[in-house]
Formats: sequence, structure tokens, C-alpha cells
Amino acid sequence: MRRWAPPIGIVLMLLGLWQLAASYDVLADALHIEPFLVPSPSDIAQSLWTDRSLLVDNGWVTIQEVLAGFAVSVAAGVGFALALHVSPTLRRAFYPLLVASQTVPIVVVAPILVVWLGFGIGPKLAIIALICFFPITVNTLDGLRSTDPDLLKMMRTLDASRWRTLRGVEAPTALPYFFSGAKIAVAVAVIGAVFGEWAGSSSGLGHLIQQASAQLETARTFAAVVVLSAIAMALFGILALLERRVAWWGPAHTDAGNRNEEAW
Amino acid sequence: MRTTSEAPVAEPQPVNRALRRREDAALPNSGAAVEIAGLAHSFGDLEVIAHLNLRLNPGEVRGIVGPSGCGKSTLLELVSGLRLPSAGTIAVQGSENPHDRLASCAYMPQRDLLLPWLSAIDNAAIALRNRGASRREAQAAAHPLFERFGLAGFETTRPTELSGGMRQRIAFLRTLLAGKPVLLLDEPFASLDAITRAEMQEWLAEALATEARSVILVSHDVEEALYLSDRVTVLSPRPARAVTEISASAPRARPRLEAVTDPDFTAARERALEALTEATR
Repeated sequence: MRRWAPPIGIVLMLLGLWQLAASYDVLADALHIEPFLVPSPSDIAQSLWTDRSLLVDNGWVTIQEVLAGFAVSVAAGVGFALALHVSPTLRRAFYPLLVASQTVPIVVVAPILVVWLGFGIGPKLAIIALICFFPITVNTLDGLRSTDPDLLKMMRTLDASRWRTLRGVEAPTALPYFFSGAKIAVAVAVIGAVFGEWAGSSSGLGHLIQQASAQLETARTFAAVVVLSAIAMALFGILALLERRVAWWGPAHTDAGNRNEEAW
Repeated sequence: MRTTSEAPVAEPQPVNRALRRREDAALPNSGAAVEIAGLAHSFGDLEVIAHLNLRLNPGEVRGIVGPSGCGKSTLLELVSGLRLPSAGTIAVQGSENPHDRLASCAYMPQRDLLLPWLSAIDNAAIALRNRGASRREAQAAAHPLFERFGLAGFETTRPTELSGGMRQRIAFLRTLLAGKPVLLLDEPFASLDAITRAEMQEWLAEALATEARSVILVSHDVEEALYLSDRVTVLSPRPARAVTEISASAPRARPRLEAVTDPDFTAARERALEALTEATR
């Protein structure tokens, strides 16, 4: 409980300030805009309640996109990391390309992907996978390569095949690193879903945000953003819990005992 | 290039054959367990081992002492076939083939290197799992050794919950369970405090007395080497060559305190220290 007190306190304080600023039109006056364009936290809370069916329906669409895109990038990212780890030639050949894939501006690519793949879930999956793939692959690869060289030598004198070493030593060493990458990936996956929906979509929270802001429904826009962050935080939390259950030994260089104190 | 792909990997073998090998080592063997002739090794321009000859008889425990950084660990990697020497020959159990050497040697590194995600018994039995034994078979084979070496009750304990001495015992069992005739022990107790260390030396002396294996034990501690071994080879500073061979006539596996206070033992220790100082000068 003590652990949660500071973040909750900060959030409540900020919300309180915001509420005061909105009810006295401080922000609207300073920006010379109409007060209804600056919703107070209570307006947003009201929108969360009145627009609940809208938010749930569109939120569900976004969750599905995020989960599917994330699943694709986990499979592809782990597979790619394993391939690059096992073959130094592949690693040298593909690593620059892997980095290059991250320099592609998603905002520019999204409309093209919609043209190519249509208005369905296809372009969203592609965009989310493009964003998530990188942190998962790079972290997993780093994890695989962080295996203690002495441990690899020892496994060789203990008659381990390449496969046994990979499965019994390198993969478990890499597992905590994979989770680090996956947690970053799942947080940005939500942003990817919004870009995908903006580029062309008839549902989803991104679509809802786009429509609401066009109609100057700022409270609803904020409500959708709140739901979006809640989804990202929930997914992050689930992964963190999963990590503690299945990769409790932590990265090789940190002390396993200290990790329980971490916030997530 | 990764070190893993440099030298050949030993072929997997069935458990029972691996376990039977232990008895093979006890049989009177016509040749040497390890025969090193004219061995030299350099890392680039750095000459680590100059010219080394060494013969290890079957069932013998040989201590190797030398100043730190004199290439003792490199020597063990060369013997095991993990590394190929710049010059000279190494034969283990009569074969110079690095494949065969890797199959005949079990290497125990300085650090225990226990896998945190495996229980003590699964760590100890990892060589059996590597050769294709099921988890149950491997545990069944490891269990008697836990009993015999005073580790009963610790089978399911995680390495992080074990003391340094206990971890080192598990690491030694892992080396034993590999079922190889030749054990290469690299400063097995370097990381332990003095009391645990003395305790572990006594434990290891007993363990080695009941296990007829040929052993090369590298140490920077003359007393430890003399107590645990039949003979001790003193190496010069880098590039290493053998300066002298010293043995304490007292049999191994006596109570440690009794052994190390024996006049013959202390005399041997003085000789070894003298040889070390002489070589370093």
C-alpha cells in the first residue's frame, strides 16, 4: 500500500489542479479559446459514463488489433532473434535492416498500408507488428548473446548439443530480456493501433478520437484517451505479472532477490 | 565466431554407458590418463604456456600451482579440447583427437555456474539430460550421489537459496555425474571464505577417495593442492613451464588438520613455496 501512495497522490493532485483550472476557465482564458474546449476531469468522468457503450465497443476493437499485432510481433520477433543468434552470417546481413525498419515513419507508411491492405484489420496488424517487432527482437537477441561464455564452455564439456545449450541455457537467460522488450512493445502497440485507425478505419478508439475531436467533443476525446492508456497499462501489468511467474530469475547480471521490490 | 562453434561437440551418449565409465577409470590402464608433451600456447603475441610436459596416471590426482595469470585455466581448456594448442600434443585416455578429449574430460570452472532456474538436483544431473536422459532418469541417477555426499534433502532447493559451499558441492556433483574418467577442476574453492574452504577441501578429499577418477586440480594455494593431490606440479610465471614436481607422502583424505600439520606435509609445502618463489624471481 505504501508503494502505491506516491503515484496515486501525484495523480490526485494533478487532477485537482486541472479541475480547478478548468472550472475557473484559467486555461481557456490563457489560450483565448471557448471554455467548453477545455474539459475538466469531472466532464471526462461524465463522458466515460455516458459514452460507455461507445467506448467499450470501440475499445474492444482496438484491444483485438493490439493483441493480434502483438502476437504476430512476438512470434516474428522471437523467431528472428533466434535465427540471428544461431547464424552470425544472418546477423550481419539483417541487423542493419532491422534498425532501418525503425526509422520508417509510421505516420507516412500507415496510409500506404491502408491502400495496400484495405480497411480491415490487415493494415493495423502490419503497423503494430512493425512497431513492436523491433524492441522484442533486439532485446531477445541481446539476452541470447548475454549468456556467460564460461557457461557455454561448461555445457560443451557436459556433452550438450547446440540445441540443448540453446534450450537449456541460452533461452532461459534470454527470457527476462524478452519480457523487457515485450513490455515496451505492448505499450507502444496501442499507439500503433491509433495510427492504423487514423489512416483508415470505421471503428476503434483511434477512430473515435478522430471523430470526437473533429466534432469538438473534447471530453469524449479525453475519455477515449483514458481508456486507451488503461488498456496499455493493463497489458503492461499482465506482462509484468507473467514475467514474475515465468522468468523470476531476472537478467543474468542482477541479483534475483532484489527484483521483487520493483514496482511492476 | 563464437567459441561454441570452434571445437567439436561431444556426441551424446546414453546414461548407463556414461555411468559405467566411472568404473572403467578405476581399472588398471596401460597408458596415461593425460599425456602432455611439448605443449605451448599463445594468444596472439602473448605467450601463455612455453613448453610443458605432464603425465597424469590413471586414478591420480595432480595439483597444479603457479602464480596467478600463469595460464593454469588455459591449460585446462587445452586439455579438455575446448581450445586448440599452438604447439605440442595432448592425449587424454590415449586419444589426441579434441572430440575424444571433450568426451573424456569434465571441466569444473572457478565459479559454480549453477543455473538459477533449475533445482539443485537438476543442475547436478544436467550432463545426463544433455545426453538425452529424461528428467526422471537423470534425477534417479543423481539421487544416490546426493545421499553419498551429504546433500540429501537439498535436491529441490534452488541455487539462490544455497550457501557458497553448498553451491560448490552441487557444481562438483555435476562434474562427477558427467561420468567422465578425467576431471579438470579449476580453482574449485577460490570464491569461498577460509573456514568453508577448509571444510570443502576435506569434503572433496573424501569424495575423490571414493571416486576413482584421474584429476587435474588447478589452484593458487599450495596447501590446498598438496592436501588434495598425490603430486603437485609447480609452474613458472607466464609463459608457464613445469618447474618441479612435489608430493606429500601422506595419503589424501585424512582429516585435514592432521594432514597439514604432518611434518612431512609442511616440509613439502615449504619446498613447493620455495620453488614458486624461485620461479617467480
